[in-house]
Amino acid sequence: MSEQTIIDEIKTEENLVYKKPEALKDTPFHYCPGCAHGVVHRLIAEVIDEMGIQSETIGVAPVGCSVFAYNYIDVDMTEAAHGRASAVATGIKRVLPDRLVFSYQGDGDLAAIGTGETIHTCNRGENVLIIFINNGIYGMTGGQMAPTTLENMKSTTTPFGRDVSVMGYPLKITELVAALPGTQYVTRQAVYKPGLVRKTKKAIRKSFELQKENKNGTCFIEVVANCPSNWKMTPVESNKWLEENMLPFYQLGDIKTPNGRK
Amino acid sequence: MAKAKGDIIIDVEICKGCELCVEACPENIIETAKQVNNKGYLYVVKVEDSCTGCTNCALVCPEAAITVYRKVKKKKELVTKISNVTSDITLKVGK
Repeated sequence: MSEQTIIDEIKTEENLVYKKPEALKDTPFHYCPGCAHGVVHRLIAEVIDEMGIQSETIGVAPVGCSVFAYNYIDVDMTEAAHGRASAVATGIKRVLPDRLVFSYQGDGDLAAIGTGETIHTCNRGENVLIIFINNGIYGMTGGQMAPTTLENMKSTTTPFGRDVSVMGYPLKITELVAALPGTQYVTRQAVYKPGLVRKTKKAIRKSFELQKENKNGTCFIEVVANCPSNWKMTPVESNKWLEENMLPFYQLGDIKTPNGRK
Repeated sequence: MAKAKGDIIIDVEICKGCELCVEACPENIIETAKQVNNKGYLYVVKVEDSCTGCTNCALVCPEAAITVYRKVKKKKELVTKISNVTSDITLKVGK
């Protein structure tokens, strides 16, 4: 039997192990090559498929690169004003408590303009999931400094690197919300390696399950992501840079779990 | 050449050529093509038949462009057959 016939035999329905999730629309992503937004969108769609919650999930899209998230994830979604996605999610959850509500936000949206909304949503213990993509920069507007920009990291508004004596220190908002009593599950993940992608998917699934069980408290997932275009690197280089520079400061792992265990 | 245990299908029209799958592939069977797709990106192609179906490339793909097939192991079939037999026996004992 030739190699080609063996391969043709493999391509059957029963051998299918991975395909594009059904909750993800056919629209091609508008993101730059190598952007982690696509991976996280896909993971949300996979979890929605696996749990069969497509008809009961409501998402809130932010302002930022992922402003068109509703074009890609095939669930009911709404758009929020800049930084106010968690406040809009609160409203939806209170009106429709049986629905699963998530907000999808970037670091400029969640940690800069929406700090107040985020802190108070977590402090009220709203039963929503907040997914926070942290790439340390304002991606959509052209790479300006964000609160999460690392010390000495270059951006278009900090061309000589972030000087902490003038611009302050990078903001670890995930640790900040973990200290609030309203949150139940706070974790920090990344998606640049296959193993970490699996872990992130587990975290998203766990958060949706907790929300479905109606346990009170906000779930908060931070995903440390890359921005190849604004870091001015190739996607592979940007992932290497992320591993060497972002991860020592933004350490991965669960920060708070529902039963208090790490 | 290693025997093929799996296969991938890359949707070249939505591929943006970020090469994250090239980096993630443990068998190094994915390479950038010398042509561009309709969007103007240098897409990636499978160049060898030694795919193991590990799904690493599909997991890191930001465009969800990769479909993965993996041959079912024969060991699993054996186990299911044996378990069927034992279930038959327990049924008879129960009677």
